[in-house]
Amino acid sequence: MSVDRRNFIKMAGVGAAIGLATKAGASTLTGKSGSYKPDYAASTAHRWAMVIDLRKMSEETIAGCAEACHKAHNVPRWDNAKDEIKWIWGEPYHNAFPAQENHHTKEDLAHKMVPVLCNHCDNPPCVRVCPTQATWRREDGIVMMDWHRCIGCRYCITACPYGSRSFNWRDPRPAIEEIDKTFPTRVRGVVEKCTFCNERLARGEQPACVEACEGGEIVFGDLEDPNSEVRNLLAEHFTIRRKTGLGTQPEIYYIV
Amino acid sequence: MYDAGKIITGIVVFLLLVTSPVWYNLASGHSGDVPELELPAGETVCVAETSFMRAAHMNLLNQWRDEVVRNENRIYVSEDGREFNMSLTNTCLDCHSDKTKFCDRCHDYTMVDPYCWDCHIVPGGTN
Amino acid sequence: MLENALYGSRKYWIWIFGLLSVMAVGAVCYIWQYNMGLTITGLSRDVSWGFYIAQFTFLVGVAASAVMVVLPYYLHNYKAFAKITILGEFLAISSVTMCVMFIFVDMGQPFRIVNMFLHPSPKSMMLWDTVALNGYLLLNVLISYVTLRAERKSVAPPNWIKPIIILSIPWAVSIHTVTAFLYSGLSGRTFWFTAILAPRFLASAFASGPALLIIVCLILKKITKFDAGREPIQKLAIIAAYAMSLNVFFIALEFFTAFYSANPEHTIHLRYLYFGVGEGTSLVPFMWISTALALVALVLLLVPRLRKSETVLVWACVGVFLSIWIDKGMGMVVGGFVPNPLGKVIEYAPTLPELMISLSIYAFGLLIITVLYKIALSVRGQLKH
Repeated sequence: MSVDRRNFIKMAGVGAAIGLATKAGASTLTGKSGSYKPDYAASTAHRWAMVIDLRKMSEETIAGCAEACHKAHNVPRWDNAKDEIKWIWGEPYHNAFPAQENHHTKEDLAHKMVPVLCNHCDNPPCVRVCPTQATWRREDGIVMMDWHRCIGCRYCITACPYGSRSFNWRDPRPAIEEIDKTFPTRVRGVVEKCTFCNERLARGEQPACVEACEGGEIVFGDLEDPNSEVRNLLAEHFTIRRKTGLGTQPEIYYIV
Repeated sequence: MYDAGKIITGIVVFLLLVTSPVWYNLASGHSGDVPELELPAGETVCVAETSFMRAAHMNLLNQWRDEVVRNENRIYVSEDGREFNMSLTNTCLDCHSDKTKFCDRCHDYTMVDPYCWDCHIVPGGTN
Repeated sequence: MLENALYGSRKYWIWIFGLLSVMAVGAVCYIWQYNMGLTITGLSRDVSWGFYIAQFTFLVGVAASAVMVVLPYYLHNYKAFAKITILGEFLAISSVTMCVMFIFVDMGQPFRIVNMFLHPSPKSMMLWDTVALNGYLLLNVLISYVTLRAERKSVAPPNWIKPIIILSIPWAVSIHTVTAFLYSGLSGRTFWFTAILAPRFLASAFASGPALLIIVCLILKKITKFDAGREPIQKLAIIAAYAMSLNVFFIALEFFTAFYSANPEHTIHLRYLYFGVGEGTSLVPFMWISTALALVALVLLLVPRLRKSETVLVWACVGVFLSIWIDKGMGMVVGGFVPNPLGKVIEYAPTLPELMISLSIYAFGLLIITVLYKIALSVRGQLKH
């Protein structure tokens, strides 16, 4: 039997491909064990939302919220704007609400610091663009992150109109002052953002930033529960949201 | 065959090199050694049967990951009805509290380097 | 056929080893980047896509431009392009490979790329871009292999390759359209949120690609026995001229929409790029160089007397290529991120390791082109014996 060089290479290639496919196929054959259910104490909602009372907000309060959030989630503190990771922080009013800007904004608003975070939009562009569904919108409205699946392409950062997302440009661990052992850290190369404290909701607790605000500056609850505090606040007060013209339907409401 | 001497010598050398782990292990006298695991005190069985865990703990962990992160379920009900909170750090490593005396023993022996520890915290901070 | 790449002159081997050395340095830099993280680049929280993605965007255009030789020859029997379709297809293969590599080095967790296929997200344009690009690569590899092999045997290519070649024509248009869709569907990024982004991409692609092909053909005429001939080169020049005219026209249209309306969300990005905003002025000189190059090159291409001189033509093509490279490879991506969604101007500049990794990817692309062209020309050279 004489085989010429081209045919030999072709046969070797096909053989290797079949071998790899068999190996991959064989590894999917494993058993399953047990069953799963949600935490007994978990808070549930049809539509989580947040109302932030800017009239009560101060820079110190925002710093306190950010401190609580970042501590609870092992968010690293980098002292340079390049590597910075933040889930919630303060922005001047005219940066947070460029569409509301006018030259004669009332005094206390014009100089106000506004806490900004992921808006957990109803129609999130970041979810639409994620190629691996590492970020998705849950039934209860939370735009969630799966840090196991994220490939670090940063398309979601590009798509977010609010600048809510941060990327781990380097290993975060050296910059975490005090690691909270009940929550994992992230690894270099994945995107992260606020997840409405889904792990605390699963224990029936309020989000960390809400608890850190002692004056009730941030209220969190179920928008579709007509008796919830968020619904009452929205019925009573005029609220604004960020960049509403884009069609994202953000679910963070600001009382001005 | 052209250059038969060179080719056959080459094949023999190649076979020796490629089987070197086998005869090196035999020669070193440690070929029968298997990793010794220190089991947690007080517990006799894990969240599932030992034979299942030995073969498929990574599959179980992947299922736990998907259930907690993607399906919002945090409680695992084992085959024998016990309930556990699904967490690598807070449940698995709660019992298997010293990673170096348990997890690492087999992982080092088989040269497996799971990257779970990049994110999931090891109590006692050995990672 | 492949063995033809293993025989060459001293100059050929010096070139090959030069490219391999550049690639080696880049590989070391990439290993550093993989271990340390993308922090070694100039990217930041506010400009999270930069040089790598910009090169990807530019090179998708160059890859798509192969259609400018394939369409006239295979669809309209324009015989003058017979000798250069293979060059266009090989250029496409090299460009698409570089595109894929630029994406790979830009990713935070590149080895998780399989997740894209295990958990596909049909609404994500990135999935379709991956499918389109890899499909285009496969198409070009198949088409160039089959046609070159047929040429070597001095027979016509088999009939079944014809529909595949026809398929590559709309496919080429689609790869750059879907790349534009990555950007133009994002309502939060007002610089890119325009329907004309895809036409702009295509126009600039069909100018820069043929310009590069002309330069390559003229280089080949100097260093090998291959002469593409006057007619194909002149036709490519006319194609580049029309495409570049459209490209410049589209840019002017962008200026009109933004500045006539004075809508700040649209003007701010053009102001940043061309005039600077506050202290953010680093791209201004580059954008004006790009504009000057575009206008001068356009005149050189449109005036027949100037276009017909190959000495002038090669400089016009360099001008077109550089102008579009600055526009797409420097201005377009960064311009969309500055200012950031909160209105702040935070600038970006690539770092040395970032540039080194990029250079090594370009070196790899040049290596592919060298090897493939060597094979093609050797096959043709052998036919003379």
